[in-house]
Amino acid sequence: MIQFDFSTIAFFVFAVLTLGGALGVVTNRNLFRGTIWLMVSLFGVAGFYVLLSAPFLAAVQVLVYIGAIAILFTFAVMLTRSLTRLNVRYTRLWPSALGAVLLFAMLVIGVIWPVFGGNEMYSLPLSDVVRTTSDLGVALVSGEGYVLPFEVASLLLTGAMIGAIVIARDADEEELEQ
Amino acid sequence: MVPLSWYLIVAAALFSIGVFGVLSRRNGVAVLMGIELMLNAVNINLVAFWRYNTTIASVTEPVPSELNGVVFAAFMFVVAAAEVAVGLAIIITVYRNWRSVIPEEADTLRG
Repeated sequence: MIQFDFSTIAFFVFAVLTLGGALGVVTNRNLFRGTIWLMVSLFGVAGFYVLLSAPFLAAVQVLVYIGAIAILFTFAVMLTRSLTRLNVRYTRLWPSALGAVLLFAMLVIGVIWPVFGGNEMYSLPLSDVVRTTSDLGVALVSGEGYVLPFEVASLLLTGAMIGAIVIARDADEEELEQ
Repeated sequence: MVPLSWYLIVAAALFSIGVFGVLSRRNGVAVLMGIELMLNAVNINLVAFWRYNTTIASVTEPVPSELNGVVFAAFMFVVAAAEVAVGLAIIITVYRNWRSVIPEEADTLRG
């Protein structure tokens, strides 16, 4: 069966961090604490990336998600002052909970367990070694690799940044005078 | 190493929690947090399938397709960052105009 080596214990630690943080996000009344729980959950996901031998993704997860997106959420919570104004946490609490539980049961019983559960082919990775971060860097900018998606992604980021600035800024004083 | 199905079960649980957050919370910022949880669950699945299914043809000559899971997950980061930036900008603008962060109350475009 499964021997309890270091990576198995680490898997359970990161699973508890991820799922516990996620539950904290969706149940906490105070949204500011919700962002802190979100950071805990994202940190658990970064641990999964390390276990799955994708250290670059783990570093990017900590930098982009915990460092930038969670801070963005913190700013949004502070700017909208939602802590004091919302007394009702949920709409449709029980239908949503039932739907989420049914979705999880359907995914596990209907897809994951029959297809991947007893299958010996998926109990261990096919190869012990995987490509490193420097190979990833070459693949992202090589012609037969992913250079076109790379450029499209950078265009998307630029467009999203400009769009966010245009949407969120206040009206200029000159526009108000007109 | 744990089997692939364990990662899939954790990702399915994370996705379900995110679905619950999106469907049930009243606050628009909390809805976006639920979307982030769902995106992370998808990312775990992408990287886990990549790790368990990739074979290396030759150690010395890397082929770009041997990295497709990681590359796909990296593009998911880009899409998630763009989505959060625009989504939070919309929420802040809606709050400024309607004094509300509840998505149901921004119904000017409803027919």
